[in-house]
Amino acid sequence: MSEIAEKVKAIIIDKLGVEESEVTPEASFTNDLGADSLDTVELIMEFEKEFNVSIPDDQAENIATVGQAVSYLEEHAK
Amino acid sequence: MELKRVVVTGLGALTPLGNTVSEYWNGLKNGVSGAAPITRFDASKFKTQFACEVKGYDPENYFDRKEARKMDLFSQFAMVVADEAVKDARLVEDNIDLDRIGVIWGSGIGGLRTFQEECVNFANGDGTPRFNPFFIPKMIADISAGHISIKHGFRGPNFVTVSACASATNALIDAYNYIRLGMADVIVSGGSEAAVTEAGVGGFNALKALSERNDSPETASRPFDADRDGFVLGEGAGAIILEEYEHAKARGAKIYAEIISGAMSADAYHITAPHPEGRGAFTVMKNVLAQSGTNPEEVDYINVHGTSTPLGDLSEVKAIKQVFGDHAYNLNISSTKSMTGHLLGAAGAIEAIASIMAIQHNVVPPTINHFTDDENLDSRLNLTFNKAQEREVKVALSNTFGFGGHNTSVLFRQLKD
Repeated sequence: MSEIAEKVKAIIIDKLGVEESEVTPEASFTNDLGADSLDTVELIMEFEKEFNVSIPDDQAENIATVGQAVSYLEEHAK
Repeated sequence: MELKRVVVTGLGALTPLGNTVSEYWNGLKNGVSGAAPITRFDASKFKTQFACEVKGYDPENYFDRKEARKMDLFSQFAMVVADEAVKDARLVEDNIDLDRIGVIWGSGIGGLRTFQEECVNFANGDGTPRFNPFFIPKMIADISAGHISIKHGFRGPNFVTVSACASATNALIDAYNYIRLGMADVIVSGGSEAAVTEAGVGGFNALKALSERNDSPETASRPFDADRDGFVLGEGAGAIILEEYEHAKARGAKIYAEIISGAMSADAYHITAPHPEGRGAFTVMKNVLAQSGTNPEEVDYINVHGTSTPLGDLSEVKAIKQVFGDHAYNLNISSTKSMTGHLLGAAGAIEAIASIMAIQHNVVPPTINHFTDDENLDSRLNLTFNKAQEREVKVALSNTFGFGGHNTSVLFRQLKD
């Protein structure tokens, strides 16, 4: 697993209070990991802070699973 | 329309003296001080370096980590005491219609720590707004009532009252009135506060409201003592379940006491100073008796607002003497803030509990830390100094007053059929 994927996983475990085994690439924040709309906003903000990127709202809407977050950040992280 | 009777069927407390109602009552009757050096932040540069904090509180004993992170401490306190009271009243076991259970809570300030942290983060940044999405819902005072209703599914009337240090008593009075009017069968009432933060202590210090007796925190809260020098900031919460009498009787609920009156008035005088003659305090006590047809002579105990400030304690006593006349000398009067410190918007809740427990046990908790008589106070008054006193308490009155000049009083009575 890439360094980015490891960090993303750690943030999700911390913010959503889920088990490591649940954080699979296909896992949806809202459907599988118990996040509500506010949790999702908070996650995106944590990604922005950790990876020093700015994720526009229209692109944030497309980040709904762990895998989508990792690939977006692998592409955009500085 | 005939008004209904309202009784107390459940209690919960998280206080500087103990983290349950029974621990709290033990502390009260034994005259324990809850004051100690501040642990919630580094107070070494503050004029006041002590407070009455809740002790041994670990959110993980009550919440999972994710849940706790989304609640300011004042909401966590609210949830903990509401749980204790709901269990005490057996609301869940007795299968009560959830549409008929409300939550009316009080908090003077709300999520002060959350507000402080978010603003500090923003000020330390480059001007880019990175406010946490939970900032507003953690901070707003009314979220406490929201959280309690969400957890237990209580779908009746739901809101929070804000009147500084009178907040929880306003909540109780509203809860009492809505049940009297038939708008709910049960209301979870009370209040919570968690303002022992840099902004809280610094703000009250700037007002010169706090005691600065740093060399002796446990004797700093000394209402009615000649050398009192301000109040001691406290934190915590109290929950009181109010229930329509026939409803409580029908389900065989344990009944602690009846609430027979609640009154409100304003000083219309100054934002923080009390009226020197206790004008508003006089009106509110006069009304709380008149509204329930209670004679002054029927009152056994007054749990005063008595914060240990030079002005406030005197004006409240002046008002008591005016309302009660000679009976003032037969009353037991005490300020439990001498032990708990001043819980601001939660004060009315934990002091209502102290009054109810006094009725339950026929024991009046003391005003501790009395060393020197204040020559401006009538020495014939029984201010219950230093040690609890046994006496039959049939009727207890609890006063709370708030910045803004808000005055509130409630009357509790031993249940009679």
